[in-house]
Amino acid sequence: MSVLVYVNSNNGKIAKNAMEAVTYGKKIGNVTVVTNGGADAGALAELGAYGADKVLVDRAFEGTDPQQLTKLVVAAAENVGAETVIFSNDLVGKSVASRVSARMKAGLVAGATGVPAEDGTVKVNVFSGKAFGFVKVNTAKRVISLLPNSFQPENNGGTAAVEEFTSNSGEAGIKVLETKKPEGAIPLPEAELVVSAGRGLKGPENWGMVEELATELGAATACSRPVADIGWRPHHEHVGQTGVAIRPNLYIAAGISGAIQHLAGVNGSKVIVVINTDPEAPFFKAADYGVVGDAFEVLPRLTEAVKKFNASK
Amino acid sequence: MKILVCISKSPDTTSKIAFTEGNTKFDENGVQYIVNPYDEWYALVRGLELKEALGGTVTTITVGTAADDATIRKALAIGADNAVRVDAEATDAYQVASEIAAYAKDKGFDLVLTGKETINYNGSQVAGMIAEELELPFVSLATKLNVEGTTAKLDKEIVGGVETVEAQLPLVVSCAKGMAEQRIPNMRGIMAARTKPLEVVTPVGGEAMTSFVSFDLPPAKSAVKLIDPENMDELVELLHNEAKVL
Ligand SMILES: Cc1cc2nc3c(=O)[nH]c(=O)nc-3n(C[C@H](O)[C@H](O)[C@H](O)COP(=O)(O)OP(=O)(O)OC[C@H]3O[C@@H](n4cnc5c(N)ncnc54)[C@H](O)[C@@H]3O)c2cc1C
Repeated sequence: MSVLVYVNSNNGKIAKNAMEAVTYGKKIGNVTVVTNGGADAGALAELGAYGADKVLVDRAFEGTDPQQLTKLVVAAAENVGAETVIFSNDLVGKSVASRVSARMKAGLVAGATGVPAEDGTVKVNVFSGKAFGFVKVNTAKRVISLLPNSFQPENNGGTAAVEEFTSNSGEAGIKVLETKKPEGAIPLPEAELVVSAGRGLKGPENWGMVEELATELGAATACSRPVADIGWRPHHEHVGQTGVAIRPNLYIAAGISGAIQHLAGVNGSKVIVVINTDPEAPFFKAADYGVVGDAFEVLPRLTEAVKKFNASK
Repeated sequence: MKILVCISKSPDTTSKIAFTEGNTKFDENGVQYIVNPYDEWYALVRGLELKEALGGTVTTITVGTAADDATIRKALAIGADNAVRVDAEATDAYQVASEIAAYAKDKGFDLVLTGKETINYNGSQVAGMIAEELELPFVSLATKLNVEGTTAKLDKEIVGGVETVEAQLPLVVSCAKGMAEQRIPNMRGIMAARTKPLEVVTPVGGEAMTSFVSFDLPPAKSAVKLIDPENMDELVELLHNEAKVL
């Protein structure tokens, strides 16, 4: 079976979730990768290690305009006769997979967490992580977008053939005016380790101890909704049902009660540590490790312990 | 400005999630439906703010049955001018998107707004599919939206930051947190909603491309392991050797 995987190689960088998508594609069939922009051919060839036979690259345009990328992916799918098209379900993947699905009349499995079963059904997260569903695609072709951090990339060595590709993708419908990325901070949606805090921290002036622990771990910071709503922390840190949904390897929550709407955004985390003064806090029911104690004492102590651990490595 | 806001119902955020009929159907027993929070808080309210600033109309559209009318009336109570319900059971994102696109095609909407996803199926698919069917540009996960003349300026989430972008109307936008603040309907709005037009239109026969075969609940979490608050070295040791996340 021929599989096409879209990989975002803008800025010359290939993220871990792209490698996850290629490895995932390899479990289904022979993988061709499609990408655009100016990435170095050598870097693209390395996708062969994750299972790509071939990389098609359209050098005629840069960026992630959904209309242009849709034309590119559809043209590449035709070119290689792909029956399955795969995206990582990240911010770019979400905006393109749906367009490609409508254009190709290929049913979309959004947020897949596993490879297709014998009968073709694919497991996805539903009800904000409180359940999962098995989706069947009723069209001849299909599009699957893979939930980041739900599938391990496998590096088996080897290189892929890199070929120039022309897709006549036209003009971008969306013009980018400005890009703002806070220096040094680790982006939350992709972070493998996250330190989060809630109203239990009493005020924005106390976030230093959260940031210190995050820095020591190399983690991103997050918060509960009321904390973002009162303006203690920026909106993009708000996790939960109405904020960002994350699935890091480790989620440390201090001074967060664990309301059902908060859990909905973090229950995909592999390991959850909860720090709370109240032993009855509902979050402990969803936690792997719990510390009943005052965050103001426990967080600095934990930072010290991580420091010691890092020094011993 | 003619604005179309896509409204879907979703189970209340505190609903118990369970399934019936051999795990093939969501158990609606005791479940209260609300307007999907992303549709209501972000798409609808921003649509209303734009209308208040620039003039025009806000129409909501829902693919659903008479069972959806209560949530549609809620959207009208918050301030939409009129509502459209495409009279069909919603089956998958593509069916919903093709019905909405078919309705919107020749109506001259300047903006089509959706929430970033529904909180039940979390697909984040409908907006992009509508955009593709209508061959319009699409900005996903926008956190800010302003319009001047026929140009929209938006902020959208990107990995690790924010991008400011510009696009020409007509445009499809999916709305995320930051767009607007929740509005609680007042008594006058609720009364007015009763008499606002809710047009029921016949579906064009949009077909689903996917279906859910079954559902399952995650395995119960094993009991939490409590660590002495004085002994954070132990926690780090467990995270390293037992959980293998450090
Ligand atoms: C429709 C809807 C959507 C929502 N969406 C979201 C969402 O996306 N994300 C979200 O987070 N919430 C969401 N909420 C809100 C949610 O219901 C909770 O109100 C919120 O998560 C509570 O935030 P919190 O845990 O920070 O605060 P609180 O509930 O006030 O909890 C504070 C906790 O800190 C503990 N504490 C106090 N002092 C200390 C100390 N010194 N050390 C350690 N612990 C301490 C307390 O014991 C308590 O458990 C939503 C609500 C609704 C109705």
